[in-house]
Amino acid sequence: MNQVLRVLFAPGFFASGPVHAALVVGAVVALVTGAVGVFTVIRGQAFAGHALGEVGSAGGSAAFLGGANPLWGFMGIAVVAAGLIELLGLHRPRARDVATGLVLGAGLGLAALFLYLDATSSSTTGVAVTILFGSLFAVSQQMLPSIVALSAVSLVVIAVCYRMLLLSSLSSDLAAARGVPVRALGIAYLVIMAVAVSLAAETIGAILATALVVGPPATALRLTKRPGGALVVAGLIGVAAVWLGIVLAYDSYYWPPAGHGWPVSFFVVALVFLFYLVAGAVTGIAQARRSRRSESASRLAASGCAEHPGDAA
Amino acid sequence: MSVPTLDPSADDAILDVDGVSVWLSGREVLHDVRFRIMPGEFTGLIGSNGAGKTTLFRVILGLQASSTGSVLVGGRPLTRRNPIIGYVPQKVFLDPDMPLRARDVVALGLDGHRLGVPLGWGRRRQAVDAMLDAVDARRFADARVGNLSGGEQQRVLIAHALISRPRLLLLDEPLANLDIRAEGEVVALLARIAREQRIAVLISAHDVNPLLPVMDRLVYVAAGKTASGTTAEVIRAEVLSALYGQHVDVLRVHGRILVVAGAEGPSGVTVEETDGAAVGPDIVSLR
Repeated sequence: MNQVLRVLFAPGFFASGPVHAALVVGAVVALVTGAVGVFTVIRGQAFAGHALGEVGSAGGSAAFLGGANPLWGFMGIAVVAAGLIELLGLHRPRARDVATGLVLGAGLGLAALFLYLDATSSSTTGVAVTILFGSLFAVSQQMLPSIVALSAVSLVVIAVCYRMLLLSSLSSDLAAARGVPVRALGIAYLVIMAVAVSLAAETIGAILATALVVGPPATALRLTKRPGGALVVAGLIGVAAVWLGIVLAYDSYYWPPAGHGWPVSFFVVALVFLFYLVAGAVTGIAQARRSRRSESASRLAASGCAEHPGDAA
Repeated sequence: MSVPTLDPSADDAILDVDGVSVWLSGREVLHDVRFRIMPGEFTGLIGSNGAGKTTLFRVILGLQASSTGSVLVGGRPLTRRNPIIGYVPQKVFLDPDMPLRARDVVALGLDGHRLGVPLGWGRRRQAVDAMLDAVDARRFADARVGNLSGGEQQRVLIAHALISRPRLLLLDEPLANLDIRAEGEVVALLARIAREQRIAVLISAHDVNPLLPVMDRLVYVAAGKTASGTTAEVIRAEVLSALYGQHVDVLRVHGRILVVAGAEGPSGVTVEETDGAAVGPDIVSLR
């Protein structure tokens, strides 16, 4: 048993402070992005989610310039961008797409400026990598309470709006006719998505944030048909990807050539994608088996096998 | 089948649309629409795409303000979220990825507008099961709603609309994209519900024929104007020609109705100026 553990977990894994922090932050964030992301996927807002993450890089780099934690920058700008997308995009889906693209472009322009200023002021390019691609092992432990609090607030909002979100995902006309304030709900959801994406940006980077917001929920939607189940399964898949990613990243310090660990974000994103493919294969096989069964059943029925078993051949 | 509705008094009407006009971005989409629906009546709202059917539904649902006129539902002025009305919208796109079973959709009809997470599982489940039975949808209750056929999805949406016990059921083109058999089943189901539960049904369709056997009255919409009455009263060349503002012929073939644009408008038909949107009558296809 110990041998197995030693192979799986490189020496010092369980004693390392940064690893502890990464495990906690990663799990909390994965649970939130899973729950929030299910609605991102079924509302068809994956592109908006991605844009909020990338735009966040402008905030993250600005925060670094001002000496604050990037999370506050990510979130500040993502919430503003969410409001802008809602304002510019109004109701038409295509206008929304264009508005999202415009806000995304403008945000990345700002990020280009701030990242340049960051690099010249601190004479290092490391900050750009941290902002854009994250570094979970470097998340400051002082940020833990804020991250947990923001996550809790997001989950509470999702729970409170749960049925309304489902109904309006089914049909916004239907929801409006039932008295759901569809517009206000849409704005509230976009803000919560901005918070979730910012939390993901803090852990795996602004550019990769969508992987956590879209990947585990999309995987969960393949595996479960229950709405509540999808939220939970998405969260758990996210936690699995992040934790496994942390283990592999930690272990990778000992992989040849030794001393050069691979980034956690790479492992997390790769695992998210792998899980999605595996879930697709699993459901594909199950579906094929089911349709083959019903096909043979109907062929049996057509051949009148029920009455004359001897005729089947 | 036709229920005599001579002189329906406004007091008893479940829906009273009186002189409703709607202007949308400088265009009059509906002009002086007036009709009444009595409890348990099955009414067809017939017209081609773009004739203003969906707009009329939005007015009745309180989602679209009318420029003039008034609408009374159950004798009361309009409100948003009117519990008397059940609604099945047009083109509900149910993606196979949607994490909703048929029973989840029906349950959302019970409390989908509420805050918080659902409680009281037992009671909810009973109500949902009963509703699924009523629309003959129990056997696919636990299937992903996105994987159901068009007819099955319509049943689920009808159950969703009915579970809150409305007295008026609005259905926006529920027969679109259904094959003939599913179409017949949905129409029969709706007629049964209207009769047994005395729920008034207002159903929009671009083809009058599937509804002919069950319809008590119809409201014909063309170019934003309406004519209402029984099928025999409304589906006549004079009435429809006046509505369309051009000559149309009404042909009856084996009990089915064909409305065809006339080749040349004969004299005596006043051709009114319209602004070009969806003026031509639907050429109803023969099946």
